[in-house]
Amino acid sequence: MAGMRPLAPRRRRPAAGAQPVRRPAGPQAAGATATVRDRIVGYLLRHLQTALASLGRASRTPFSSLITAGVIGIALALPTGLYVVLKEAQQLGGNRDQAAQISVFLKMQVGETQAQDTAARVRNWPEIAAVRFISRAEALEEFRRTSGFGEALEALPDNPLPAVLVIQPRPEHAQPQQAEALLERLRALPETDIAQLALACLQRLAAMMELARRGVLVIASLLGLAVLLVVGNTIRLDIQNRRDEIVIMKLIGATNSFIRRPFLYSGLWYGLAGGLIAWLLVSLSLWSLRDPIARLASLYGDGFRVPGLDIHTTLALFFLSALLGTLGSLLAVSRHLGAIEPG
Amino acid sequence: MIVFDNVVKRYPGGQEALSGVSFELQRGEMAFLTGHSGAGKSTLLKLITLIERCTRGQVVVDGQNLARVTSARIPYLRRRIGIIFQDHRLLMDRTVFDNVALPLVIGGMRHQEIARRVRAALDKVGLLDKEKAYPVTLSGGEQQRVGIARAVVHKPTILLADEPTGNLDPELSETIMRLFERFHQAGVTVLIASHNLDLIVRMQRRMLVLHRGRLVGDEVPVWQE
Repeated sequence: MAGMRPLAPRRRRPAAGAQPVRRPAGPQAAGATATVRDRIVGYLLRHLQTALASLGRASRTPFSSLITAGVIGIALALPTGLYVVLKEAQQLGGNRDQAAQISVFLKMQVGETQAQDTAARVRNWPEIAAVRFISRAEALEEFRRTSGFGEALEALPDNPLPAVLVIQPRPEHAQPQQAEALLERLRALPETDIAQLALACLQRLAAMMELARRGVLVIASLLGLAVLLVVGNTIRLDIQNRRDEIVIMKLIGATNSFIRRPFLYSGLWYGLAGGLIAWLLVSLSLWSLRDPIARLASLYGDGFRVPGLDIHTTLALFFLSALLGTLGSLLAVSRHLGAIEPG
Repeated sequence: MIVFDNVVKRYPGGQEALSGVSFELQRGEMAFLTGHSGAGKSTLLKLITLIERCTRGQVVVDGQNLARVTSARIPYLRRRIGIIFQDHRLLMDRTVFDNVALPLVIGGMRHQEIARRVRAALDKVGLLDKEKAYPVTLSGGEQQRVGIARAVVHKPTILLADEPTGNLDPELSETIMRLFERFHQAGVTVLIASHNLDLIVRMQRRMLVLHRGRLVGDEVPVWQE
């Protein structure tokens, strides 16, 4: 057999070009620090290599990898989208100034000038900060613009809408009790048909929000569980396919954590890819819904912005998806890897 | 280096694979393990690498009583042993280089050092020019040499081989055996299980003969032309 060399034991030569380095601390201490740092760097490098190798392995079967990531993405997109919309809607309940607003609907027979007089009179009350007067014509115009029932209104013989005074109490009169007293005083006006605290309406809205929030939480938990199972099952199949390889690794001295590592990184990548797909899906959905949402938002005044994925939500989504992926993989690995032993 | 003291291995079915086997292999010694198939050769090797544990008796490897090695410590025991299999057990989706590098990667060695050692090991088995090839493209003998390079790349103190020449023609078999001899000359303890009697006798080394789980012979054979 040509090309074989005698097996002379090799001695380690000192590295060529190695320069003695002057260090402030004692030589031993400095040496120890260097080894610790070398070890940490080496450890991180090995993890990086494993992570990239796992990514490379997934990219060699792009179709099935993409399907797995897609399923995860869809499962994550639903709760994410609901959460984003809900978060914006919750801003409404939080607006205190609006909460104390009082709407006074004037009687239908009250004329335009009389209504204006009432508005001016009320504006002078000490407990009131501002009054916005909406005439019957303005109310009709606004309703026609925002409700989508414009044509239906055309069919009516006359304007069915009353004039409205939107009253903002001074902050010291915005507390529930004082607001209630003010409400009574407004109801006592002869021109008043109905006077309503926005608070009641908002409280109802807040209660609905809470219900919706819990609902989203339940959906998110269930779909999170689904992601765990999807990743777990994918990794389980991966472990089965690489059974021979795992046996060989164990035979030549690989520890369980060494064998586990690439599978955990696979889970991490599946999760992250799923998170990215979820992000894209939610962004696309919000983009396609932006016009109806903007119209709805305008109905609620300034408190409602068109929802979008801000940086915090995006980071949280990626973090959670990566976490779910890794956990799902951990489930599969701890259940199936131990069973594979050389025999 | 390897001590068997009255070792019994009984499998769950009640069948006794080894019955009262005792021998000692000195550090740096080279020996063959022979006998018919089913005589217990593979079981004996499995006990050394803790793929199986003995039912009774005691196995000591490199001064370590294997009964006291916990499952979590088994990988570290195996890293001191190089194992060669009849069916090579190479990873088919990785290059020759990556296959040979595996024990070093597992040991957490630095990349530059790995490349240097892998090339040295491939050089020893005469496959330096095949490092980028995949195992499928190699002949049986070449695959076995890759397996040997992988077994020695991390400089183990013990080398075990289970029928390393099982599928090879006589000429190739002899080449492989001579290769083991050179590792033995470099100070490695070598134990080779083989039923290729002609070849073993020609090698003029200590020969442990198993028959139905019992050690029935332990001597250096006499070779007559």
